[in-house]
Amino acid sequence: MSATTAETPRLRPTRALILRGLLLAGLLILALLPLLNRLPPDHALHASDFIVSVSGKWMCYAMLALAIDLAWGYAGILSLGHGAFFALGGYAIGMHLMRLIGPRGVYGHPVLPDFMVFLGWTELPWYWWGFQFFPFALLMALAVPGLLAGLLGWLAFRSRITGVYLSIITQAMTYALMLAFFRNDMGFGGNNGFTDFKELLGMKLNTAGARAALFYAALLSLSGAVLLCRHLTRSKLGRVLVAVRDAESRVRFLGYSTVSVKLSVFVLSAMLAGLGGALYVPLVGIINPGEFSPGNSIEAVIWVAVGGRGTLVGALLGAFSVNAVKTWLTSFAPDLWLFALGGLFVAVTLFLPRGLIGLMRKGEER
Amino acid sequence: MKAGTLYLDGVSVVFDGFRALNSLSLVIEPGELRAIIGPNGAGKTTMMDIITGKTRPTAGTVQFGDHDLTRMDEAAIAELGIGRKFQKPTVFDALTVFENLELALKAPRDPWSCLRWVLPPAARRRIEATLAEIGLADRAGARAAILSHGQRQWLEIGMLLMQEPQLLLVDEPVAGMTDQETEHTAALLRRIAGQRSVVVVEHDLEFVRALGEKVTVLCEGAVLSEGSIDRVQNDPRVIEVYLGR
Ligand SMILES: Nc1ncnc2c1ncn2[C@@H]1O[C@H](COP(=O)(O)OP(=O)(O)OP(=O)(O)O)[C@@H](O)[C@H]1O
Ligand SMILES: [Mg+2]
Repeated sequence: MSATTAETPRLRPTRALILRGLLLAGLLILALLPLLNRLPPDHALHASDFIVSVSGKWMCYAMLALAIDLAWGYAGILSLGHGAFFALGGYAIGMHLMRLIGPRGVYGHPVLPDFMVFLGWTELPWYWWGFQFFPFALLMALAVPGLLAGLLGWLAFRSRITGVYLSIITQAMTYALMLAFFRNDMGFGGNNGFTDFKELLGMKLNTAGARAALFYAALLSLSGAVLLCRHLTRSKLGRVLVAVRDAESRVRFLGYSTVSVKLSVFVLSAMLAGLGGALYVPLVGIINPGEFSPGNSIEAVIWVAVGGRGTLVGALLGAFSVNAVKTWLTSFAPDLWLFALGGLFVAVTLFLPRGLIGLMRKGEER
Repeated sequence: MKAGTLYLDGVSVVFDGFRALNSLSLVIEPGELRAIIGPNGAGKTTMMDIITGKTRPTAGTVQFGDHDLTRMDEAAIAELGIGRKFQKPTVFDALTVFENLELALKAPRDPWSCLRWVLPPAARRRIEATLAEIGLADRAGARAAILSHGQRQWLEIGMLLMQEPQLLLVDEPVAGMTDQETEHTAALLRRIAGQRSVVVVEHDLEFVRALGEKVTVLCEGAVLSEGSIDRVQNDPRVIEVYLGR
């Protein structure tokens, strides 16, 4: 890492300390949640099953937010289709979970998942091969989103498609995938998707132990993703990304291949989103084509905008805070949520262009 | 031909029947500092476009040393050591002065190398030397966004210097600068010429005088007069078409 970071105080030291403190406190609370869940229900510090399961989900969303922030906040690539990468990662692990059900399905077929038997299929399609192995499924959860992003990015960046056109293309991508996954003959369970999972890595799902293990897997992955993004954004590559975001042609003029710079960050971002989805599906126990819905991707972009794009803490803060509000609001007025989300987006755009994190940096030399 | 000599001979550029350059001939020796002046539309920017490969000449020879620039694309010409500062400065606002120079530094530019990049001490010294050269040593840690207009221009010149050019083309560097910044820029350009050739296009005659070097007057796409600023300013043809207007 270059020593120039010492010369670039982006935050006043006290504020940086406060942020770091908040991050550590958040991490500590999350790390303790499954333990607090074991306390007797009448204990003051008892964490309910609901809190644990909902925070597990939010951690997966935070990975998605991080992925979007890396592409949008740093490199200026506004993807409105990142939910598709998340869903593809989820489907990859879902396929593994389906194969692990084995003969315990309703139809008792030794290999074929129930929905295939129901459709009258007699053989496993070739693209389901290998998914009985966890490492293969995990690899696919990263590789499929990565390859798709690579292909899309290569086509778009090479023809210098940027800004709103790129956003529209990514939005169209997730919509097209949603329609495709809704079809029964695609072999992904149609509109029901996958559910009724039994076990993962030898653990029976739906036990307290499995839930805690999945929770810690999400926490570890999220921490790893934060460290990876931190390393990247503080490297010279991170500065090149910011330069591409602000003046792409100038960067090209300096001799950088902006296509390969953007492509590499877009692929990495899609893989992070895929990992988020892969952690999400065992936690929630279901995946269906609704995860591809364009609204999901837009909502995830709003998390990042609310938290503050271009800062990693902002993405995390946005994912947790917006989802906390959503959980709270939908518990008594689910119909209000979309209006609240829209209002939030407008308010942030107008009054807090740099998100909640911008509040902390107010008054600083820009 | 001597390495580092820029040689234009009989260069013409025709845009839809309009002659932007009309059999222009010009030689810039290695290490020379040359000012180019001329009325609006004289073809000064077009001349720079020709040298950097942005525009192709309709006729004529353009050579840098032994290299035929008319056969090279923009990237190859930049690689050869011809740097250009555009009229409108573009520096990276979100980055510091130091980081701007670091991005311009000659180093592997693929994403993987950038990710693993550690600034070597020699490169740090080069950046620091350039910071001193452009007079921004005390602003190294400041974000480019807060620089004054003049400072941004100097930073951009510094970014060009990081690419170790043999020939630097500078288009209207002092437009919009304060008198003090203008003086400072003249001194800066005098300082950096010598180790490389510098061609400056400028309207500001006080500035051109401060450069104190040979001046070429362009008019209607051709050289009208050449020599010291005093000689040029007293040339009746120049007075007629340009200064006397
Ligand atoms: N791409 C182009 N197509 C058509 N005409 C052009 C083109 N580029 C330049 N010209 C014309 O060529 C002439 C020379 O333009 P140029 O920009 O080189 O002048 P200049 O000396 O730089 O002027 P200024 O002092 O205003 O910057 C002008 O009349 C301009 O309108
Ligand atoms: Mg011009």
